[in-house]
Amino acid sequence: MHIYNDLQPKRYNLGSVLRYTARFFGEQILHGQVADQMEEHSNSEDQGDSASNSVDTKKRRILIGVTGAVGAVAGIGAVTPFVMSMFPSERARAAGAPLEVDVGNIEPGMMITEEWRGKPVWILHRTAEMIEAVRKSDDKVADPDSRLPMQPDYAQNELRSIKPDYLVLVGICTHLGCSPSQKLEAGEASGLGAEWLGGFFCPCHGSRFDLAGRVYKGALAPANLDVPPHTFLTDTRVLIGEDRKGA
Amino acid sequence: MLNALLGWVDKRFPLTATWKEHLSEYYAPKNFNFWYFFGSLALLVLVIQIVSGIFLTMHYKPDADQAFASVEYIMRDVPWGWAIRYIHSTGASMFFVVVYLHMFRGLIYGSYRKPRELLWIVGMLIYLCLMAEAFFGYLLPWGQMSYWGAQVIVNLFGAVPFIGPDLALWIRGDYVVSDATLNRFFAFHVIAVPLVLLGLVAAHLVALHEVGSNNPDGVEIKKKKNPATGVPLDGIPLHPYYTVKDIFGVVIFLMVFTVIVFFVPEMGGYFLEYNNFVPADSLATPAHIAPVWYFTPFYSILRAVPPMFGSQFPGVLAMGAAVVIMFLLPWIDRGTVKSIRYRGTIYKSALAIFVVVFLLLGYLGTVPTNVWGQFGSWLGGADRATVVARIGTIIYFLFFVLMPWYTRIDKTKPEPERVTP
Repeated sequence: MHIYNDLQPKRYNLGSVLRYTARFFGEQILHGQVADQMEEHSNSEDQGDSASNSVDTKKRRILIGVTGAVGAVAGIGAVTPFVMSMFPSERARAAGAPLEVDVGNIEPGMMITEEWRGKPVWILHRTAEMIEAVRKSDDKVADPDSRLPMQPDYAQNELRSIKPDYLVLVGICTHLGCSPSQKLEAGEASGLGAEWLGGFFCPCHGSRFDLAGRVYKGALAPANLDVPPHTFLTDTRVLIGEDRKGA
Repeated sequence: MLNALLGWVDKRFPLTATWKEHLSEYYAPKNFNFWYFFGSLALLVLVIQIVSGIFLTMHYKPDADQAFASVEYIMRDVPWGWAIRYIHSTGASMFFVVVYLHMFRGLIYGSYRKPRELLWIVGMLIYLCLMAEAFFGYLLPWGQMSYWGAQVIVNLFGAVPFIGPDLALWIRGDYVVSDATLNRFFAFHVIAVPLVLLGLVAAHLVALHEVGSNNPDGVEIKKKKNPATGVPLDGIPLHPYYTVKDIFGVVIFLMVFTVIVFFVPEMGGYFLEYNNFVPADSLATPAHIAPVWYFTPFYSILRAVPPMFGSQFPGVLAMGAAVVIMFLLPWIDRGTVKSIRYRGTIYKSALAIFVVVFLLLGYLGTVPTNVWGQFGSWLGGADRATVVARIGTIIYFLFFVLMPWYTRIDKTKPEPERVTP
């Protein structure tokens, strides 16, 4: 090992040993020089000695390459269980099952909040004025025709609903996941100015939505509120989380 | 007898040699000033956080049903539990206070310049670790602010194109922030990140003692050595000179620290936010969400960037870039001198503007965007605070982007040969 003399520290202590180790492996990995030097030295200085002292660097490189490749594959395999374990567990997936809600006793103009997959799902029973307010806000919202895929196909209409009376929305702002507040009343009383037509207001970053969950122009939220998959089982019973044919 | 024991140890472990290399024969410049307290103070706060954290885990329960109550239990029923928790929460904020001052020291004296580039990079990695540590830890009390703060930050990853939603799902381990999220954040907070942090701190010290400390004059003391001893003429041993100086700093710091712990642990809602005294509720967002003060400059930048192409990813990128760009300082600073003492007016002005903007963005991040009302219709009724934050964000980035240019044309004064008294 005499060839490492120039790398070796004069004094031994924790810092110098760490540095020496780092340099040693740095040389070996970055330049592959150590092996070459060893061979050189054994050829030049140990000439005449038995041939068993010489090193087959080609073979060594192949072995390092092969073990490295196999080790990398094993490494990926070993990491897999740890990475996969962080996805939702079977229990969490089961808790995401569809939810049946009776909407028959929501008074017109009122809204209820249900929990589905831990998220608030709003069901708003819209009055005729509210439906009119949605129509009036067409030119104020960023995506009036709901072109972005924030709803199932059967809710891609002006009112973003299966039945005009009932609006079903995931009450999570599309900006950064806060839950917007209800500002259903129009006008000054909402605190959002006399022009306000009624809708939702996100307290986190001020995004506004109309009574169909469509985002106002200039808001930080990039898209309309999500309409979850849902089905009317009867006139007043809604299944949230599943879209069956014949809805 | 003791000498014999020491000799026995030294033959088997480099005890005396390590003591000499890192303390009694590590020569630091003799002209350190006030700004050089904060490295050792950061080390002190790290110890405070580890010790108080260990004792908190003895009573805390990382379970969504029990977490909030267990923190209340620590506060009310565990003997002196309130003190331990306030030490930990005050320590978190004070960690960022000393680290920001420590980083500012690096900025004004050019401590990141050659040959200390790696030292700076390791330091930046420590800063990133601290941010992760603070973020994971903040979820643990399971209050409203914990919950919705985590919701917002995890959703930042959801904005990444293509893999975003799956990535956010993977981080949360559920469709929303839930028990699964709390449990894993606990693991990150008490095991994973602290281990990395300790390793980085060791690397930071090894790198520092390899290249030697910078100083307020920004001149290398290793250039002028006593020919007989090889000791830098302007160097004094770290121990006892600077250990004593640092202990003085520690005493003053602990006085401030204890006053906060005993009299203003919430710091008016800046160290512990009021909304966090309400248990987490996944169905109701608090009326105003703001991160703890040390994240607010970056939070302002996030809010300032409008959505583009139907995605908020540009804002997320800007926030990330605001931190990552600091890694580049060693290479974008082209000044001929290191220390602000010998820099010209241009650099001094740029730095002053940067500090003001950083503090302003920090303030704006703590308040709602409508805090200053709206402009008239001539600006489309935009929130005044948002417009100011946008201008601030541009200035923040210009400080770094224009640095190669303004540091080069800056009229600097000549550096002295040796440090000044």
